[in-house]
Amino acid sequence: MDGEGEKSRQDIRALIAAHGTLAAGLVSAVQQITGRGAVFLAMSNSSLSLSDIQDSLARALDETGARVIFTDLPAGSCTMAVRKLMRARTDITLVTGANLPLLLDFAMQDDVDAVAAAHAALERGRVSMTAHGA
Amino acid sequence: MPIALYRIDDRLIHGQVVVGWGQPLELRFIVLVDDEVAASEWEQELYRMGVPPEMRVHFLAVDDAVAALPGFQSDEHAGIVLVGDIGTMTRLVERVAGTIRAVNVGGVHHSPGRTPRLRYVFLTAAEEEGLRAIERLGVEVTAQDVPSTRPVPLDELLHTTLDG
Repeated sequence: MDGEGEKSRQDIRALIAAHGTLAAGLVSAVQQITGRGAVFLAMSNSSLSLSDIQDSLARALDETGARVIFTDLPAGSCTMAVRKLMRARTDITLVTGANLPLLLDFAMQDDVDAVAAAHAALERGRVSMTAHGA
Repeated sequence: MPIALYRIDDRLIHGQVVVGWGQPLELRFIVLVDDEVAASEWEQELYRMGVPPEMRVHFLAVDDAVAALPGFQSDEHAGIVLVGDIGTMTRLVERVAGTIRAVNVGGVHHSPGRTPRLRYVFLTAAEEEGLRAIERLGVEVTAQDVPSTRPVPLDELLHTTLDG
């Protein structure tokens, strides 16, 4: 699974696992808006089997100490891989359907435990989707 | 209604299947054929979670799928038969000779010993022979990850090598 090797591991508070280059794009947007993109490690599922995604996520969790994983699609392979991982690792928090407002909120809560921050950010992500006009 | 797609995909139920194929083909059920998943309540629950409420999922071992296939083919709705590896599809095709006309290679991802053929297809020599064996049974084998891409015929697939 593609990750960002040069990022300082101790800064990372959560993984973002998503399709294509979405995770990297979200981290880039968080960095541009808040300067806090370093709290995330972006990972892609491109060209990987379910078991390889699972192995890459497990390695990233071990290397970073992160316990929060954001994924894009509730039915996607990244989500499936995390759910499989969670069977053995009960300390992981998974948030699916992650969007930019949610990630921004999480990134700004650097004085709060990452799991608590993820739960708090969830509501921000949910209410951020609105429709305007006709 | 005949089964709309017989797909080999080692990710089994995921976004490409549920959204990428599911919406344009108006799929209303998935038949996931996998001996291991059919024996695991926990794995079934995991995959069920990834399916929208309007879609049914059936988890079957190969032997049971062979018996159940005619029923699925006469369903009033469109459905997909999904397997996780080439060996399972080979067993299925052999057991229901003449019933399956086309097989879609949707995702066989990187693993040691596999040669990269497409971004989403990596094959060992044994797996290549497995696909040829399916084709020899009169089945059209193509690789195609999502409906908007071109189906790559088996012969072309096996003569393609990705760099790097």
